[in-house]
Amino acid sequence: MSRKRKQTIAVLLVLVCLIAIIPLFALKGAEFGGSDDAGSQMITEIRGAEYEPWFTPVMEAAIGGELPGEIESLLFCLQTGIGVGVIAFFMGRLVERKKWQDKQL
Amino acid sequence: MSKKEKSIMKLATAFALTFGIVPSAFAMHIMEGYLPVGYCIAWGAVCVPFLIAGFFSIQKTLRENRKAITVLAMSGAFVFVLSSLKIPSVTGSCSHMTGTGLGAILFGPSAVSILGIIVLIFQAVLLAHGGLTTLGANTFSMAIAGPFVSFGIYRLCKALKVNKMAAVFLAATLGDLFTYCVTSFQLALAYPSEIGGVGASAVKFLGVFAPTQLPLAVIEGILTTVIVMTLETYALPELKAIGFTREVK
Repeated sequence: MSRKRKQTIAVLLVLVCLIAIIPLFALKGAEFGGSDDAGSQMITEIRGAEYEPWFTPVMEAAIGGELPGEIESLLFCLQTGIGVGVIAFFMGRLVERKKWQDKQL
Repeated sequence: MSKKEKSIMKLATAFALTFGIVPSAFAMHIMEGYLPVGYCIAWGAVCVPFLIAGFFSIQKTLRENRKAITVLAMSGAFVFVLSSLKIPSVTGSCSHMTGTGLGAILFGPSAVSILGIIVLIFQAVLLAHGGLTTLGANTFSMAIAGPFVSFGIYRLCKALKVNKMAAVFLAATLGDLFTYCVTSFQLALAYPSEIGGVGASAVKFLGVFAPTQLPLAVIEGILTTVIVMTLETYALPELKAIGFTREVK
């Protein structure tokens, strides 16, 4: 990878972190609820009445209540973990392959 | 596409047209049970031909280049990671990205529908995020509409000879934003305002989703660009095989 490209990537990644973190400090005390929930509030507003979902998520039906917050974050982490694991595994192989190929030349 | 594949596609399209005419609606991670039954069925039906096309497309890619499976797996994993990260946004609420742009640019939009639906099922079953009844609508917005826009924009930029990385960035960003536009529209169809109908309602839902999503779409665009840059360096043979990079660097 060229030096210039490495620098570009570093700058871009810093930018990503800034975009993600700034709102947290800029909007002190904001709730940061999900925008999906904001969507359901909007439904209530438009209909002028509380909307009663007609189907409960299978997981909530199975454990007879809402998924505890900690468990939910566990499952989200699991999802991230699976993804990162796959990317890192293949990326590692590709990087090593390139090194090896470069040596051959 | 073989003859058999073609006839299956025709059947699926007919199926979609039959059921899709039922008025339908609620999108990107519309919560479980929030869409009237008719809409759930209709959006589900609309997705079927895309999913089948996606299946054939992946089959074809893999038959031609077995090795492309690594990059395909990485694109799928990319969707997994990005759609699991809830990021705070300027509006004071959180949302997450879709990650479907990468796969759409590399493998074409229909292949991503398969990757997307895997993630959506995972979230619907385990996380009570999105839902099984709204799976069709969510699949349509996140795994079909968004990727098609990404793919279209990428192709357009290529035709206009825009810098490749800028094209990737634009494609991923706008694809992500469009996913949420479709969601707003799907919600609006199911819940039209009393005054102004579907249009007014769509504006309201867009007002909730769009400002939150804008910075996230930019993040998604940047991350997609970064991963494409990295892949171009380390996975050049695969990218050439799937026709993404033609010229030798």
